[in-house]
Amino acid sequence: MEKSVIRDPGFYVMVGIGLAVMFIAPVMLDLFTIMQFTQYVVLSVFALSLGYIWGFGGILSFGQAAFFGLGAYTFAVASINMGSTTIPMVLAFIIPTIFGAALGYFMFYGRLSDVYLGVVTLVVALIFWKLINHTAGPEYSIGKARLGGFNGIPSIPTLHIPGDTGAWLDPAQMFQVFMAILIIIYIALRFLIASDFGRVSIGIRENETRASLLGYDVRLQKVIVFAIGGGIAGLAGAMWATYQSFIDPNSVSMEMSAKALVWVMAGGVGTLAGPIIGCILLQWLTLKLGTVDVVNSIAVLGAIMMVLVLALPKGIVPTAKMLAMNGWTLWNRRPNRDAVTRKAVKHE
Amino acid sequence: MDYTLVIALEMVRAIAWLVLLSSGLAIIFGMMRIINFAHGEFLMLGGYTVVISTGHGVNEWVAMLVLAPIVVGIFGVIVERLVIQRLYGRILDSLLATWGLSMLMIGGVTMIFGNSVTGVATPLGGMSIGAYQVPRYNFVLIFAAIALLLIIWAVLKFTKAGLIARATMQNPDMSEALGIPTRWVYMATFGIGSAVTGFAGALLAPMTGVVPTMGVNFIAQSFITVITGGASIITGTLAAAGLLGSISQGMTFLTGPVYGDAALLLAALVLLRLLPQGITGRIFKKSL
Repeated sequence: MEKSVIRDPGFYVMVGIGLAVMFIAPVMLDLFTIMQFTQYVVLSVFALSLGYIWGFGGILSFGQAAFFGLGAYTFAVASINMGSTTIPMVLAFIIPTIFGAALGYFMFYGRLSDVYLGVVTLVVALIFWKLINHTAGPEYSIGKARLGGFNGIPSIPTLHIPGDTGAWLDPAQMFQVFMAILIIIYIALRFLIASDFGRVSIGIRENETRASLLGYDVRLQKVIVFAIGGGIAGLAGAMWATYQSFIDPNSVSMEMSAKALVWVMAGGVGTLAGPIIGCILLQWLTLKLGTVDVVNSIAVLGAIMMVLVLALPKGIVPTAKMLAMNGWTLWNRRPNRDAVTRKAVKHE
Repeated sequence: MDYTLVIALEMVRAIAWLVLLSSGLAIIFGMMRIINFAHGEFLMLGGYTVVISTGHGVNEWVAMLVLAPIVVGIFGVIVERLVIQRLYGRILDSLLATWGLSMLMIGGVTMIFGNSVTGVATPLGGMSIGAYQVPRYNFVLIFAAIALLLIIWAVLKFTKAGLIARATMQNPDMSEALGIPTRWVYMATFGIGSAVTGFAGALLAPMTGVVPTMGVNFIAQSFITVITGGASIITGTLAAAGLLGSISQGMTFLTGPVYGDAALLLAALVLLRLLPQGITGRIFKKSL
């Protein structure tokens, strides 16, 4: 990530593919496929949130679903109460960001080590899940919205054009809006990572002690990174809520957090394209396996997770990049170098 | 008077419960600095061992006290050989791998036994304190927690194996240099930790029934207890369980069980902000 965004061809490829899909897919594909794609887009935003804080901030959150669920519930409650969806969408970003900052304050200003961090984030999501599950009674309602406990919140409004509550988006338009959000977040994160702020976070990821000896406030930096990740996850949650027009405690479950981890691991930690690719690939695989109906999906997810850790710790994108690089250098060397220099290169 | 006694008993039971839940995890964490994310499923496996063996006519006490620890202990050793030993020095990867294992176990057990709760009859029945009815089984839990801590303490303090374990805990490199095969020590640790967890799971089975997803309900409590306790196995577990058990039980009395867990977490967060290495990271540093 040291090279600037403007000069990185991968950046243009990703944005190009994104724009192409955004404009061509609604014309080419039928409605059902578009709605499938919408799901991938929403979950990709979720995957990006974890991919950013893990890959570029060195913060491994085992409870990213807490933010996803918080965003989803914020959006659901706010939009049902307000009748509009524009401000709830903004709230679904802001409230998880604030929550992330508060939780981050406790964790990073306490200088918790990696293991402790993992456990605390996991437990936060778990307790959030438990609390939400217990809100089934009618006494648990915020304004007009009943939280519904394990039954979830039904009939969440569909997105509409800002300012005009009657102008609902049809599925194809919703797909395009979500795709635009994904592209904007991708670009924003790329520029954030390439900025001074982003470089400092990467420095902290590489060596925390050195970064703090150079005078950077490691704790504050980590809190900000964690809060941004929380906000993006919250936004993804809101998109999820309006896409399904329904939300239940499963969105906060451990399975949801684990899925995000598996996507990022599979795609590759330390890339932004990786989490997106990992998410689409594995969601598609889950869909295919779901139709087989012999094996339990949780067991498959767990098995994939173990195999990834043991066999492919770097993930798809970095591995592919490395292979491509090796191929490229081999290809370049062949014609214009004699045997002697090749030998010398080999000995390096 | 009776009411105070009942509440006091409930407090002690809550603490004993936390001690039982988290001892196995604390042994593994104290020695290896690894949190076994499949801890809840190891408990579940202990519970299922009791259900299956009592179903085949084995005496329930034998199933709880002997079979469950052995089965889960052996399972733990297998897991250590196949997975954990490849990930020493990669702490985060070991967390991810054990989490994968946890989901694999939930899915696997669901496929075999189905997703329904199997009950186990609570042994011993109840007794009355004044106007209140209290299950006698509570005393079994309290006694088991005390006995467990005493045994761990005695083993660590007075046996050769305990000496080796303490040495490895304090300085693995130096122990290795002195000829202690630390990899085998870690394997044994993981096995013993798993056996203790299996024992706890077996004791829980009559109170909660067993279901493949039961682990989720206990891991929050056990993880929090272990990390607030810090690296010392006995003092840490006891201090954290005492503190958090009374807080959550107090909260449960005031508002009901839902907020008990939330209070547990909040207390732990504040505590970790003040003592990032857990209670025994600052106070009682040299204790076991």
